[in-house]
Order: sequence, then C-alpha cells, then structure tokens
Amino acid sequence: MLATTILVFREVLEAALIISIVCAATRGLVRRGYWVSLGVVLGVGGAVALAFGADRVANSLEGVGQEIMNAAVLMAAVLMLAWHAIWMARHGRAMAEEMKSVGAAVVDGSRPLRALMLVVALAVLREGSEVVLFLFGIGAGGSSAMAMLAGGAIGVLAGATVGVVLYFGLLRIPIRHFFTATNWMVLLLAAGLASQAAHFLIQADWLPALGTRLWDSSWLLSNESLFGQTLRTLVGYDARPAGMQLLFYFTTAILILTGMKTWGRSIAEVSPAPP
Amino acid sequence: MKLILAGCLAIACQGAMAADIHEATLVIQDHRFEPAELTVPAGRKIKLTVVNNDATAEEFESYELNREKIVVGNSRIIVFVGPLEPGRYPFFGEFHMDTAKGSLIAE
Repeated sequence: MLATTILVFREVLEAALIISIVCAATRGLVRRGYWVSLGVVLGVGGAVALAFGADRVANSLEGVGQEIMNAAVLMAAVLMLAWHAIWMARHGRAMAEEMKSVGAAVVDGSRPLRALMLVVALAVLREGSEVVLFLFGIGAGGSSAMAMLAGGAIGVLAGATVGVVLYFGLLRIPIRHFFTATNWMVLLLAAGLASQAAHFLIQADWLPALGTRLWDSSWLLSNESLFGQTLRTLVGYDARPAGMQLLFYFTTAILILTGMKTWGRSIAEVSPAPP
Repeated sequence: MKLILAGCLAIACQGAMAADIHEATLVIQDHRFEPAELTVPAGRKIKLTVVNNDATAEEFESYELNREKIVVGNSRIIVFVGPLEPGRYPFFGEFHMDTAKGSLIAE
C-alpha cells in the first residue's frame, strides 16, 4: 500500500505543481476557478480515455507513438505557457496596479485563461493516464485491491497538498513583484517542459541526443528524489541531460524572453499613462 | 520554433538512418524480467524491445538510462537507449518494484 501511495503521489505531484503555478499566474482574472477546474476535469477524462487506448497509441508510429504523443502534448503546453508569459508582460503591471487599489478579481482575461486551462488539462492527462493504468492493474489483482486503492487515494491527496502549499507560498509574494515572479516561473516551467519533450523525441530516436549524457549530477541531486522531481517540474532540472534537451531548454527560454521584451515594451510605449 | 523543430527533425532522420543500431529484447512474465541481465554492446545505439506477457500494465523504468515507458498488458514497446559507456545500468518495472528488476550490461 505504501508503494502505491508513493507511486501515485509522484505522478500527481507534477500536475499539482503545474496547477498551482497556473493558479498563481492567473490571480486576479475573472472566473479562473471555473477554467482551472474545467482543465482538471478534461484532463482526468482524457487520462481515462488514453489509458484505454494506450496500446493503440504505443503501437503506432513503429512503436514510438507514446513518446511522440508525450512530446506533442508537452510542446502544446509550452506554446500555451509562452503565449501566457508574453500576454502577462503586456498586462501584468496594469493588473498589479488595479489589484492594489481594488484588491479583488477585476481583470477580464478569458483568453489567457483558456490557454492555461489547456496547460492544466494536458498536465493532468499526461500524469493521470499512468495512474489510471496502474490502478486498473491493481483492480484486476484482487485480494489487496481495496488497501491499494486507499493508498492511491492518499497519494492523490498528498500530491494535491504540496500543490496547495506552493500556491499559498506564492501568494505571500508582495503584489508589486507578484506577476514578475509568476511570469518567471511560467517561463522556467515552459523551458523545462520543452526539455522533457526533447527527452521523449530522443527516446523515440526522432532526434539525435547531441551527447547522451552531458553530465551526471545524480550524486548531488537525483531525478527520482522528491526534491529532484520537484525541481524537474519547476525549473526543468535533469541529473543526466542530453545535449538536445539543453538546446530545447535555452531556445524556449530565449524565445519567450524575446517575446516578452518585444511585445511587453511596445504596449507601454504605444499607450503612455495619462498625465 | 516550428522551423527549428523541422530542421532538427530533418537532421534526426538522417542521423537515425546512418546510425548502427543494435537490437535487443526483454520479456516481462509474472512481473519479472527475462533475462534479468541483458548484455549489450557499449558505444552503439540500442533498440530495446520490451514484451509484456502479463495481463496487466507495467512501466519500464531506469534511472541510470534516464528512461521510462508504459507497457500495456499483452503488448510490446520499443525504447531507444545509448550509445552507452561500458557499465551496469539497472532497470525495473515501476508497477511491481519488488519483483520486476534487472540490469543492462554494456561491454
């Protein structure tokens, strides 16, 4: 049962961290609760459907369908996060100003919310389908099934708790710096997901590794440790990265930064504050 | 971004065709790997086929190889690993960690 709890916890953790960053980044946007919940519901539905179709996915594209689907899902999330970061570079300061004076959800931001709803759905989909397959196996196992399902439920709760703690921790950031901080987190999250996408494409042999293992820092912080796994999601840490992963990581980060600088500044110049 | 990806994919396809790939197979039976120790050549890319003869799903995972992939019941998957330095690379089945254990030995 403990093993079940740990396994489910690990799968839920990544999605929970992503959801809490999304929740923080959408602070002050009208109806964000609705959009984030919709993302979770769609993700869970998709995870169950994907679990049923898993063998078909795996056998497609000469046996590497799983990797290609994961990479596609990750890159879709990267695009949505990039779009959000650039949108926030234009509107973040105005939002912070407004929230300081009104102190409530005031800004209509249905467009970024839709993009981030998709990010939530894709995160839940990816991690959820593994949990579903695992729990199906247990369900078929018989005798100790109930104890293990209980273990799984505890794992889900524990993962969600970490997400909630991160969210409330982020809320303590002063509102002046809040969106700058969450925007950096979104940027690093996107770069990390791009690196994971590269990892899947290498595993599928669709991309060259450009160095299978550039370094090995697992003696210092391993991928499978709790802290390593948390950093993997938050900033894209990998103890044994391939060269292509670094290329994806920095290309994504630089493109988003350039987008933020380009479009974020132009709006400020076009519409100066009235005297 | 798309252009970069397309460019990378083009390079990748050429690379994959030119590469010298060694093929190897692992079988999962009663939540155990057969063979538990699989010897592969070092310095070559390896196309590893994992056949799952159990009815339930398994997740092939290795920290040292930096790989993880689901294998649905009564099904098979392909995982590309390496080229590897000579050495021992343990792997396991994440859904049955007490029994499903093994190692890839590169030499």
